[in-house]
Amino acid sequence: MSAPVVHSLWTTAAEPISQIESPKIEYGQLSPTLIVVGAAVVGVLVEALVPRKSRYYVQVFVSVVALVAAFAAVIALAADGYGTTRAGIAAMGAIAVDGPALFLQGTILLAGLVGLFTFAERRLDPAAHGNRVDSFAAQAASVPGSDSEKAAVKAGFTTTEVFPLLLFAIAGMLVFPAANDLLTLFIALEVFSLPLYLLCALARRKRLMSQEAAVKYFLLGAFASAFTLFGIALLYGYAGSVSYATIAQVVDGTVTNVTPALADTMGNDALLLIGAAMLVMGLLFKVGAVPFHMWTPDVYQGAPTPVTGFMAAATKVAAFGALLRILYVVLPGLRWDWRPVMWAVAIVTMLGGAIVAITQTDIKRLLAYSSIAHAGFILAGAIATTPDGVSSVLFYLAAYSFVTIGAFAVVTLVRDAGGEATHLSKWAGLGRRSPLVAAVFAVFLLAFAGIPLTSGFAGKFAVFKAAAEGGAGPLVVVGVISSAIAAFFYIRVIVLMFFSEPRPEGPTVAVPSALTTTAIGVGVAVTLVLGVAPQYFLDLASQSGVFVR
Amino acid sequence: MSFPLLTATAALPALGAIATAAVPAAQRNAAKWLALLVSLATLGLAITTLVRFDPDGDRYQLTESHAWIAEFGVRYELGVDGIAVALIALTAVLIPFIILAGWHDADPLETGSRRWRPTQGFFALILAVEAMVILSFEATDVFLFYIFFEAMLIPMYFLIGGFGDRAHEHGEKVASTQRSYAAVKFLLYNLVGGLIMLAAVIGLYVVAGNFSLQEIAEARANGSLDMATNTERWLFLGFFFAFAVKAPLWPLHTWLPNAMGEATAPVAVLITAVVDKVGTFAMLRFCLQLFPEASKWATPVILVLALISIIYGALLAVGQRDIKRLVAYASISHFGFIIMGIFAMTSQGQSGATLYMVNHGISTAALMLVAGFLISRRGSRLIADYGGVQKVAPVLAGTFLIGGLATLSLPGLAPFVSEFLVLVGTFARYPVVGIIATFGIVLAALYTLVLYQRTMTGPVKAEVAAMPDLRVRELVVVAPLVALLIFLGVYPKPVTDIVNPAVKQTMSDVEKKDPQPEVEAAK
Repeated sequence: MSAPVVHSLWTTAAEPISQIESPKIEYGQLSPTLIVVGAAVVGVLVEALVPRKSRYYVQVFVSVVALVAAFAAVIALAADGYGTTRAGIAAMGAIAVDGPALFLQGTILLAGLVGLFTFAERRLDPAAHGNRVDSFAAQAASVPGSDSEKAAVKAGFTTTEVFPLLLFAIAGMLVFPAANDLLTLFIALEVFSLPLYLLCALARRKRLMSQEAAVKYFLLGAFASAFTLFGIALLYGYAGSVSYATIAQVVDGTVTNVTPALADTMGNDALLLIGAAMLVMGLLFKVGAVPFHMWTPDVYQGAPTPVTGFMAAATKVAAFGALLRILYVVLPGLRWDWRPVMWAVAIVTMLGGAIVAITQTDIKRLLAYSSIAHAGFILAGAIATTPDGVSSVLFYLAAYSFVTIGAFAVVTLVRDAGGEATHLSKWAGLGRRSPLVAAVFAVFLLAFAGIPLTSGFAGKFAVFKAAAEGGAGPLVVVGVISSAIAAFFYIRVIVLMFFSEPRPEGPTVAVPSALTTTAIGVGVAVTLVLGVAPQYFLDLASQSGVFVR
Repeated sequence: MSFPLLTATAALPALGAIATAAVPAAQRNAAKWLALLVSLATLGLAITTLVRFDPDGDRYQLTESHAWIAEFGVRYELGVDGIAVALIALTAVLIPFIILAGWHDADPLETGSRRWRPTQGFFALILAVEAMVILSFEATDVFLFYIFFEAMLIPMYFLIGGFGDRAHEHGEKVASTQRSYAAVKFLLYNLVGGLIMLAAVIGLYVVAGNFSLQEIAEARANGSLDMATNTERWLFLGFFFAFAVKAPLWPLHTWLPNAMGEATAPVAVLITAVVDKVGTFAMLRFCLQLFPEASKWATPVILVLALISIIYGALLAVGQRDIKRLVAYASISHFGFIIMGIFAMTSQGQSGATLYMVNHGISTAALMLVAGFLISRRGSRLIADYGGVQKVAPVLAGTFLIGGLATLSLPGLAPFVSEFLVLVGTFARYPVVGIIATFGIVLAALYTLVLYQRTMTGPVKAEVAAMPDLRVRELVVVAPLVALLIFLGVYPKPVTDIVNPAVKQTMSDVEKKDPQPEVEAAK
């Protein structure tokens, strides 16, 4: 009889580890994201290795190829039935590959591609020392107004880093609506937010304003991220898992294997409610819903206009995608708790955005508040908790993003000596000077206002119909009232452009290259096609309206 | 498959609008002639529709139906009844005159940008409005109707805000401010009405599950679609509000005097004689058919509002100093008559109301267009600036008088028949309302004759002494309108024959029978 070994009380022999199981990654199903991330990494290498003169061309080429390839991959996946019959979870439960995810990824990629065109535009700003320049600072690190800045401008530097930054942001956005656990969600959030903060600071003109916007966005965004993270922690404490499916099961009370360690906190509704509220708050910040909208006008105004357009469109798509998945997959069992709150948020967002927009005198701020009002309309559809609710939001997001990018692309064209002339008074009489540009902008404004025969009407009708069928009749009434209020300021801009006398020292309209022309043309085409013949896309959206869990 | 006549009638002006807008900047005259030809060809199609329409046949004829937006349950469904056919014909008749009357209204004042093409825009917008108005008369799908009901606001808005009287060349800045105010007021009023209707349209879909007028009306009639009383009333109010703004009915009328005052005379005619008819037409087609019970429930209030419109519009017309605003208030009074006729719920009242829509279109067009010619000569809209015109321009004064007499419903001219029918129809069911409405006629005589007396008679004012009489183009505009007024005044049967069966069906929708005359039994 050997003496008992004391430490055997707290140690035990483990099975020898023969091999570590490697995670199973479905590369094919993740290919859209992987292509974009890969191209972004290539973009960073290009910055390091390719001579300065040819960087712009290489970067634009790489980015366009990557986005087109990623979009092709999305189409291929959808054609293989991953949006409908073969929808499933990939990457060890981290990413969902289903209809909403693919639809939103396709939308983000197209919006990103059109946005890229406006990023790459080099005809609008007058050539500096014989070099064509884009909307971005010559050298971001140089202090505004300093000698080093002047030297950078003189040397003809351009910040070609914007292209890999854009690709990283797009990659994050692709993951965001597809994330199937809370950690992936948070990582995606940071991956797309950080490049956006940077991009906001990179304006070539009015650099201080741009940097101020970036700091505000960063600080408030960091707060929102912290809220999200805290919410995630509380939800983990509640359910013992970060997986959407498991949390949903715990909420429903259908969870199967309860570990004893978590039995204590599990089912603690305080954790659930506070955690869910904080998580949703972080997402509402990203979509710019009242009362989490404060950053929107400053950031939209200060950021370089191509970035504003891209951000306004793609961020909204990604964030609403994630919000939908949280509400429909993780928290459907809690809908009696979150619906009243979301009702209130939708109402104040619709009314708040529309009312405050009336007093704006800067076109970019006006569009910022209009985007807030639109976030309210989309929320009205999102809280319908019906399949129609999902598909109407998907359709609205697709319609809205192209109108937005197109509208901001038009804003880049109207310029005076100080760069873009964004003050509304300078737009007076634009219809006399350049009827075509003014007419195109009027089309976008009418789409924002939801006039029939534009995509805005089809989208608005879809979300209001979904809301009404989901039993939110009063929300529809508030929606039409705020649409009426919103119509007022869209019309005011049209009045200004067409019925006011042009000012003698008014701005000129720059003639863009094929890039911006394409962006605007795509915007107009999508606006009219989705307005007159939306059936195919509505059908697509409704086919993709089912989440996988 | 037969030729889609209804689609063609609307598509032709739509395509014509695009073609007109695309005419190069230098070819202004080509754009005018193109627009005129398109409008005449549309008139040809409208007349074909009129001929092919069988008054005693099915309720909706020449129907077309195609799948459109399956997700929303929306179909592209067209069909016309007698009321719609008459109003399409009215629209198609008036547009060529409007184009002719506005021949020089959009010639550019200054040569601005090379690409600035106001003339092309003006005529393209008129044709666009025509296309949308015709489509909204034809649509038998509520959603389809709504789309064009709303969309027509946009070209109309540009017509009001973008083109004003030449009168204001000296004070262009003030005028353009007033004009854009009028245009924005027009758009906001109608947009708000339309958006409230949108909520009701969505509500109707939630209740009924589709947008087909015929299906819903059938389901309502055979009881398979039961609406709760309150639901029906709310939906009715949503629809009626939009139509009452468009019509316009007191107290939602205040945009009309601004819009008609600031717009050029042809555009003013387009507003009141063509576009506003969609409002009254839609009351007949949608309010009564879809919500018969609620229509009966709301009748007393609507009749009172219509009465107020009649008297208030006429009183304000008496007090106007501005010729165009006077005609606008007169129109408000007349729309009161039309709405009263519709909601009197008698077949005479409704036939009269439909006939009234046609006649009011013609008579207002005649009066307003001549007034426009007058204003373009003197450069002022104020009544006080005129006097003794009949001595220098007798033909102008004569046609102005005929237009005015038509407005006050002189027997022998077309509006008399319709006004009489409306009053008789109303009297049969609501004698008090009928009696009060009669005062509207007295006031009409007052404002028309005073207008004529102040502008046309008396000593010749120095400013009008050199005023030329009507030119050939202007005569071509006015003469046929006057002829139509006299013809329909003496022989209204062609219109009533087409309208009456449709009115009977509408009456049966609301399950109202004409009150029978009470005959005291002989002792």
